[in-house]
Amino acid sequence: MLSRPSWFNITSLVVGFSFLYLPIVILIVFSFNDAQLATVWSGFSTRWYGGMLQNEQLMQAVWITLRIGLTSATLATVLGTLAALVLARQGRFFGRSLFSGMIYAPLVMPEVILGLSLVLLFVAMDQNQGFWTIMIAHTTFSMCYVTVIVQSRLSEFDRSLEEAAMDLGCPPVRTFFHITLPQILPGILAGWMLAFTLSLNDLVIASFNAGPETTTLPMRIYGQVKLGGTPEINAISTILILLMTVGVILASVLTKRQRLKRMEEERLAAAHL
Amino acid sequence: MIDHNLSSVGLTRTEPAPAPRHEPEAPENTPTNPTGTWGRFALICVPYVWLLLFFLIPFVIVAMVSLDEVTVAVPPYLPVIEWGRGVAGLWEAVQHWSLSNYVRLVEEALYWQAYLSSLRIAFLSTLLTVLVGFPIAYGMARAPRSWQPILVMMVILPFWTSFLIRAYAWIGILRTDGLLNQALLSVGLINEPLFLLNTSGAVYVGIIYTYLPFMVLPLYSALERLDTTLTEAAEDLGCPPWKTFWYVTVPLAKPGLIAGCLLVFIPVMGEFIIPDLLGGSSTQMIGQTLWVEFFSHRDWPIASAITIVLLAVLIIPILLFQRHETRRSEEET
Repeated sequence: MLSRPSWFNITSLVVGFSFLYLPIVILIVFSFNDAQLATVWSGFSTRWYGGMLQNEQLMQAVWITLRIGLTSATLATVLGTLAALVLARQGRFFGRSLFSGMIYAPLVMPEVILGLSLVLLFVAMDQNQGFWTIMIAHTTFSMCYVTVIVQSRLSEFDRSLEEAAMDLGCPPVRTFFHITLPQILPGILAGWMLAFTLSLNDLVIASFNAGPETTTLPMRIYGQVKLGGTPEINAISTILILLMTVGVILASVLTKRQRLKRMEEERLAAAHL
Repeated sequence: MIDHNLSSVGLTRTEPAPAPRHEPEAPENTPTNPTGTWGRFALICVPYVWLLLFFLIPFVIVAMVSLDEVTVAVPPYLPVIEWGRGVAGLWEAVQHWSLSNYVRLVEEALYWQAYLSSLRIAFLSTLLTVLVGFPIAYGMARAPRSWQPILVMMVILPFWTSFLIRAYAWIGILRTDGLLNQALLSVGLINEPLFLLNTSGAVYVGIIYTYLPFMVLPLYSALERLDTTLTEAAEDLGCPPWKTFWYVTVPLAKPGLIAGCLLVFIPVMGEFIIPDLLGGSSTQMIGQTLWVEFFSHRDWPIASAITIVLLAVLIIPILLFQRHETRRSEEET
């Protein structure tokens, strides 16, 4: 749409974005509040950040959460990329619609359903709840996000490159690593980041599948919030928000650069024809 | 990447990438990646088996547990099936099954009222999210081209922040001694603090706030691709602006509207964090009921029955969403 934005458009953008950002900004501001009460300003202080670092329970939760996040994001990226290759490149096969159904359903499925169904599976399998059960649960729902991201990347790039390589006798696995993988790498990285974030943020599924020793960071935060919340929670939330922001911006700059580079290369290639 | 991500989650549509120079010639039913029959089989099997094992089979177990009776034990239900005894064990388990948990869901007001209030909250908050999200998406689509990627990123950023943190942010605002009351008191609009937190209003605000990106992004991507000559034509022919909006813009934005509504409605039906933190005891959504039954009462069979009924309610919207997504990914290829 090219016509000039009206006053109504500008107002709705300003109001809309204030609504989206004001609560987050307030939360960040109050992480620097000196007082114990989270709602009354009484002077600038960074003591909650120090307190947070000395809170052993909290740091332990951070460590568990990071471990779960790193493993489940990596596994989800591998499985999700395989699933994307299946959906984008393997044409029809027996049970394809069930397969794509199982990819799309977890994207909208309420978390309580995913959490409960997995814990019952683990109990039926006689598995003790803990690191592995949360890790598998996170892998299962975040791989679906990876799949859709990588799939849209796959459908975007020129398939004739793969065909040319294989026509020239390049074995499929090598074609994948030399031709396909470099093309879809930004999608894979974005998928990994989203999977990692989903795992880091998840409260509900982790709560169902956690054991006594594996209290993740969101579970700790939830426990504190239920008791009323402290500026320490604001501090850890602020750090999480800043990490996400930097990650998202960095990733988008990287992809943009890669895209520009690819367009440039294509132009050069076209000039040589 | 950002826009890629969301395009994949069905949230935005990106500009079509540099067009492929020629259409892939291979018909759809011949794989272009003939990894050999075995390679192909393995490639399909690995993610397929994972999803069968950790996504589909669990629902079978939930269904079986929902037919069991609660006991004081670990796990807190009679063992489903003694697999070691083969068919005999299965038969014995089947004889113990009963629909008593489902009967409870119908008979006890606690449960069916929770379903009804979830449905009501999900419907109403989807509608409200449309009303709040549409002007934002519309404004984004009409903003100068160079601004649009930044605006899209600004909608996506909160999407990467956890629901828990975003709900917590609202607690500080809505508390009786919170910022909103402080502001209203100091301006003199009210004389004594309002009771805002732990009301259904707080739940609606929380849901609209957290789910807004899911609505704005698909709407924006539909509106952004809208052909302005159509609205101009309507205006040139003397159609008043509101009529142009209603009869031209809204119908053209329909795919985005449907996607957005499904992305909000389905997860809100089972929402736990927002009603729990912002609604307190004033709302009882089915996600909270399920949580309490599972964690506090340790009544896993009734929690399973609640899940099965919730799935039954959601299966049609989920199938609609799947069809929508499949069609979209086919359009892409």
